[in-house]
This record gives sequence, structure tokens and C-alpha cells, in this order.
Amino acid sequence: MAKNRENPGLDRLLAWLTFFSLLAALYLALVYAPTEKTMGDVQRIFYFHVASAWIGMFAFLVVFVASIAYLASKDTKWDIYAYTSAEIGVIFTTVVLVTGPIWAYPIWHTWWSWDPRLTTTLIMWFLYLAYGKIRSSLGEEEKRARLAAVFGIISFVDVPIVFMSIRWWKTLHPAPVVGGSQGLALAGGMIPAFFVSLFAFTLLYLFFMRRSVRIERMRAEVRAIKENL
Amino acid sequence: MIVAKGLTKQIGSKRILKGIDLEIEAGDFVTCFGPNGAGKSTTLKILALLSKASSGQLFIDGMDVSKHGDELRKKVGVISHNTFLYDNLTAQENLVFYGKMYEVPHLEKRVEELLEDVGLTYAAADTVRTFSRGMQQRLAIARSLVHDPPILLMDEPYTGLDEMAKGILNSVLKQLSLSKHTVFLITHDFDQGLEQSDQTVILVGGRIVHRCDPKGIGREEFRQLYLKCVEGA
Amino acid sequence: MNFASKVQVLLWKEVKSELRTKEMLSAMLVFALLVAVSFGFALEIARDEVTKILPGVIWVTLTFAGILGLNRSFVAERQNDCIYGLMLCPVDRSAIYVAKTLMNLLLMAIVELIAIPMFFIMFNYPLPASLGMLILVLFLGTYSFMVIGTFLSALAASTRISEILLPILMIPMIVPVLICAVQVTGGIFSGDLSGISLYLKLLITFGAIYSGLPFILFDYLLEV
Repeated sequence: MAKNRENPGLDRLLAWLTFFSLLAALYLALVYAPTEKTMGDVQRIFYFHVASAWIGMFAFLVVFVASIAYLASKDTKWDIYAYTSAEIGVIFTTVVLVTGPIWAYPIWHTWWSWDPRLTTTLIMWFLYLAYGKIRSSLGEEEKRARLAAVFGIISFVDVPIVFMSIRWWKTLHPAPVVGGSQGLALAGGMIPAFFVSLFAFTLLYLFFMRRSVRIERMRAEVRAIKENL
Repeated sequence: MIVAKGLTKQIGSKRILKGIDLEIEAGDFVTCFGPNGAGKSTTLKILALLSKASSGQLFIDGMDVSKHGDELRKKVGVISHNTFLYDNLTAQENLVFYGKMYEVPHLEKRVEELLEDVGLTYAAADTVRTFSRGMQQRLAIARSLVHDPPILLMDEPYTGLDEMAKGILNSVLKQLSLSKHTVFLITHDFDQGLEQSDQTVILVGGRIVHRCDPKGIGREEFRQLYLKCVEGA
Repeated sequence: MNFASKVQVLLWKEVKSELRTKEMLSAMLVFALLVAVSFGFALEIARDEVTKILPGVIWVTLTFAGILGLNRSFVAERQNDCIYGLMLCPVDRSAIYVAKTLMNLLLMAIVELIAIPMFFIMFNYPLPASLGMLILVLFLGTYSFMVIGTFLSALAASTRISEILLPILMIPMIVPVLICAVQVTGGIFSGDLSGISLYLKLLITFGAIYSGLPFILFDYLLEV
């Protein structure tokens, strides 16, 4: 039953493409891109930091869409997409939360600030940890998928609410830390580094997705075989 | 009264029901046997409008359940091995609560009658928490009858009952079949239900594998028949 | 009979049952008072510092007292499978949610009525001039976190680890409500009401969004 879904050629191609684009991204970010004038070399973390943030956010969008699709269709396929995407999203968001302070300390002279973007990312991370917790606390396949989908929907709706509330909260306060919300003014050599990083991370996401979805499918098949024994 | 055509139920990747066809006339008493996991409770939940079938059609009293849900809920009473009773409310309060939910007219009198029928008048003001299992199940019978439903669905109502409670349940069942209620009973127990049944169905692996009129079939004979069905499937 | 009268019947059942045991109310109330007392002697500080700290202390206490109550909110429905009994009744399933929410709001109102004065006593802090505003923000904040909290407690109650799960689900979800409620309460305490109207509007917005979501999704929680 799994044979027609698998496409080992495409998987191999995706794996190599991901590998080389990550190498290219590393080269562009660490060597090719010019050193930022005021921040110095530590700014180079930005390329991977922002790429992870975008992909993390995208992964949670996939959870949201797949959750709606699951509740509408009750097709287990969507549950697997939602679950794997949430897992990968948490990993990328963890990367964001670790690289952020590494950059922030030398620049802002503080590890953490209650900046809207930082706080929202942190809360989002907690929300999707909770999403995983719902799943791990339920044994029955259908119930787990259904409850997780409900939470997958409300947690994503919550993200913009958190962001707005914190932005209003912060803009009314005197800004404790300067520089948090400077735009992305990128110098010439930085642009390819940024976009190649983003491209590489997107491929990495797709690669992880395909892998995990396949593992989950195999798990479901093993379970089905066990039940029929 | 109840017409089911090709009911299926898919839960996750499991196919619990694989096409159930049922036709139950008004006033019929139908008993359903089957091994664990055969889909008996799932069938009952669909008939009770608790759960929706994944495919197939279900008509109760000539009405499609997907269109007349609330109207049909009033025609169905359910007795399960769980009582659906609130431990912190008294016997009387439980019945009044469910009665109000079903918009029962002249509720106070109805509740009094019911308590008397199941022999719990003396305990009307006691909280359910203090009841024995037998008393709770008797009250659960009263609860399921509070809105006087023409259809009664029972999911292993004998579980955990002592002889006295079994006696009361049996006499209630007899009364119901005499008063032309439609009954659908799930049980494991060949001693119960066979006598009153107009129809028995044996459910194995999500399919009805056998149906017959048990009248004239002895208990031992039926047991052999059942075992053959289960092994054959 | 319409939706509202069914909600009334359900609420009557909740109140009757709670009056008999006083399980939830006593736990919430004792917890809130204990926290008020604990902070009272743990933070012996000057009045202008109290102004800064007290709003946060009050709202965190209310949140946790609320979670304590919410943990028990659906327990009775799981005993004896009562939830199936309710689902058999000819009533829209969201009526169950509405009645639970009203009950939880009622409990919180009683808790706040007793615990909030205790905070002023324990911190030796004068009642703010704009008492009406304080009541308004208490209502709006409590409403917002209870509507989503009741929904999440129904979700958590279907799992094996509901009491651990509920705070994990709920706290990240209600951060915006907490921020706004603390800001408004802070404004009321310091007597500076200029900045609070935006937060009040936000609280109303969150209340509306958090009331809408459960109506769309509650049926999925109760599927069999």
C-alpha cells in the first residue's frame, strides 16, 4: 500500500539539494556577506535566525491548515501532516530562541527583552509544546487527532493576538532597549546570503516533512498489521 | 420504527462498522449479541444519535436522523452500563434535571411515578453518591424513561447488577414490551433477553452475520449457533 | 423551549451540585486567600512599589485560582459518563459549554468579591478612587480568560493528564488578556487613567474572539 506513495528518486534528489544549498548558505553567510559595520561578525547569525523564524512560522501555518482539513475530512493523512509540521516547527523555533539571545547579548547587552517579536515567538513555542503534550497524553488515534486539531486551530489564531497585544503594550512603554525593531536594511552582499539561507531552510523543512510523514505512515501500517494479527 | 441502511463507522484508520442493515418494527424487541469489539456499542451510539455514521442512512419513525436530530432525540432513551447520573444530586434532582432537559410536562408527578416504579421513593432525597450499584442502575432506568421514549436502547444493562436489581430490570423490560415500546438490547448474557426477543442479531467484526426469530430456539441451541457464528467469521 | 432556558436548566444543575459539596469554590477561595496572605508577608514593601507589583500579583493569583476551579469543571461530567447523558438530550451541545462558562464566572465572581479586598488589607493599600473601573476590568479580564479557559478545560478533561495539561494549554493562550488586565489595573491603582482605554478596548476584543472560537469548535470536542 505504501509502494505507490514512495518515490526514492525524489527523496534522494531533495536530500542532496538540501545538503548543497545548506553548504552554499553557510558559505554566503559566513564568508561572502560583508561584515556589518556596527554589529560586527555576530550579525551573521541573522541569516539563519530569520530563516528559521520564517520556516517555524510557516510550519505552524501548515499545522493550522492541516488541522482545519482534518476536522473537515477526518482523513488521517492531514493529522500526520499537522503533527509532523508542529514537531519541525518547534525545532526551528527553538533555533530562533537560541540564536536570538546569542545575537542580542553583544548588541543589546542583554540576553532577553520583552520585545513583541521575541515574546510572541516564545509564547508560540510554548503553545506548540502544549500541542505536543495533548498528543502524547492521548492513546486513541482518532481522539488524539481531533483534540490536537482543535488546539492547532486556536493556538494559531492566538499568535497574532499575542503579537498585537505585546506590540501595543511595548509601544506605550518607553522602549527599554533600542534597536529591537529596526527594519531589514540589507547591504548588497547580504541579500544573496539571506535568500539562499531561506531557500536552504525551506528545503530542509520539506526534507524533514517527507521523512517524518513517511515514518508516521509506517507506524500506522505497523499498527494496522498488529491489529489484524 | 428504525431503519438503517448500510451504516458504516470509521474511527481513525479502524473500520468499526462495515455496513449494518437493520429493520426494527414499532414494538419489536431486538437483542444483539456479539463478541467484544464487534461494534455493538458503536451501533447503539449511532442509533442513539450520540455518534454519526461515516456513511449509510438511518431513519427513525420515518425521519432522517441527519435532518431531525433534536426531534428524534426525544423519542430515544438509553440505558448503559454507565448510569449518566450526577453523584452530587439526589435521585429526585437527577430525574428533574433530565426531565427539564427533555421538556417533560407535569414533571413532578412523572418523577414521583418513576421513583415508585423502580422502588426508590424512600431514597428520593438521598444523593446518588450514597446509592449501591443496584439502586443506581434502577435510577438510571427511571432516568432513561423520564421523557417516555417509544424507543429504548440498552447497552449491557445487566453489568454489575445483583439478583434483585436484575429482577426489577426484567420486570421493567417485560412491561415495556407489553406496552409496545421498541427495544434494542445489547448483552453478553444468553439468560437475559432471549425470551422477550422478536428478533436477535449476531454482530461480528462490524457486520451482522446472523439474524433470526429466537422463539422456539432453545438456549443451548442458540449458544451453539452463536459460537458457530463467531468462529466462522 | 429555547437555547436560553436549556442553559438555565444546565446552570441550575451546576449550582445545585456545587452547593452540595462546595468543592470548587472552597478550593479556589482558600487558594486565593493563601496567596494574598503569602505575598502580604513575603513582600514587605513601600506603597509606591506596591502600586507597581499589586496588579500583577492579583491577576496571577486570579488566573491560578481560576485554573484550580477549571480543573474540576468537567470532572462531574466524566463520572458515570454523564456527558453522554447530556449529549443524548435534545439540545445544542454548545449549551453545555455556555452553562459551564456561566458557572465558572459565577465562582470567580465570589472568589474575587472576597479575595480582592483581602489583597488591599494584606498589602495595607487604599482602595482606588475609580472603583467602578476596577470592577469593570475585573469583569472583562475574568470573562476573557474564563471563556477560553472553560473551553480548554473541556479539551483537557478528555485526556489522562487533565490537571497537568490545563495550565500548560491555558497560560500561553491568556498572556494577552493578562497583559491588558494588568495594565488597566495598574492605571487604576496609580490614578493615571489616560492610557487605559486602549487596553480596555483590547480586552473587549479578546473577549469577543475567545467567545467566538469555542462556538465554532466545541462540537468537535464532544464527538463520539
